[in-house]
Amino acid sequence: MTWRAAKVVEVRPETSRTKTIAFEVPGWPGHRAGQHVDVRLTAEDGYQAERSYSIASAPESPNLELTVERLDDGEVSPYLTDELRPGDEIELRGPVGGYFVWDARVEGSVLLVGGGSGVVPLMAMARQRRAEGSTIPTRLLYSARTIEDVIYREELMHLGDDGDGFDVVYTLTRVQPPDWRGYDRRVDRDLLAEAGPAPGELGLSFVCGPTPFVEAVAGGLVELGHEPARVKTERFGPTGG
Amino acid sequence: MSELMLDGNAAAGVLQEIFTVEMTTAVGTCDSCGTAGEVGEVHLYRGAGLVLRCAHCDATLMKIVTSGTRSWVDLRGLRTLQLHS
Repeated sequence: MTWRAAKVVEVRPETSRTKTIAFEVPGWPGHRAGQHVDVRLTAEDGYQAERSYSIASAPESPNLELTVERLDDGEVSPYLTDELRPGDEIELRGPVGGYFVWDARVEGSVLLVGGGSGVVPLMAMARQRRAEGSTIPTRLLYSARTIEDVIYREELMHLGDDGDGFDVVYTLTRVQPPDWRGYDRRVDRDLLAEAGPAPGELGLSFVCGPTPFVEAVAGGLVELGHEPARVKTERFGPTGG
Repeated sequence: MSELMLDGNAAAGVLQEIFTVEMTTAVGTCDSCGTAGEVGEVHLYRGAGLVLRCAHCDATLMKIVTSGTRSWVDLRGLRTLQLHS
């Protein structure tokens, strides 16, 4: 696995704390939705910092896109979100991972559950699903603090438009806009029972977010009778920086 | 449950660098409790190195410390590791 030079071609703000960075990566071998890359930064004195980021773009996309949340005390994310400009180069290697990846052969429905920027690999899955013309019934249950914290808001509004079996259910846990018709509480067993498929109908569930979120959701799904093997999890934590 | 806990997915790059194959779908059997599971779902703690722990009994499965071009891998807690090429 070699480190490759990745050239920034676009930096796009998503929310006040997240940006999508599109890279041109010569020789990129392709990826599957849900996989990551390792990003390496090298300081002038030789000090290196490495972090793992989920890929946001579908394999079909011409550029490799990462959506990065700025962690104020982070070592890597503030550089990526604040300093990078088109033309800059960083090093990355990958794709890596195979456990938390979209599987188009799934039978039954798919439930994607994202907390905060945990939506990023799930978005890659939704994009791949659409690019492939898949009609696997798929619901994204997305938990964010406020409507302003919802990443990919515009795109998500239209992803389910063509009646291909994709929809999004939101829960805003802190502040809800007037006339809000989505949920307004944390994802727990009761919410999953209302918004998720019945145990016999679930093909696969992908759950990604901060560790406490993933524990609550995965635990809730298993309590509802879903087979643990159908619940794929990916945790990220404050050490992600 | 610690908020600092991650899972084997976060070690995908380091593990692939060492074992040269995709490792999050490799299946490890815990030597302590006998539970078999994919590396992607085991618990991971990151400090000076990486510590992978059994998601069922919390026993240490694997420890990895890397420094420069060298890596130390302690596999004592694993009974078996099934890799796919």
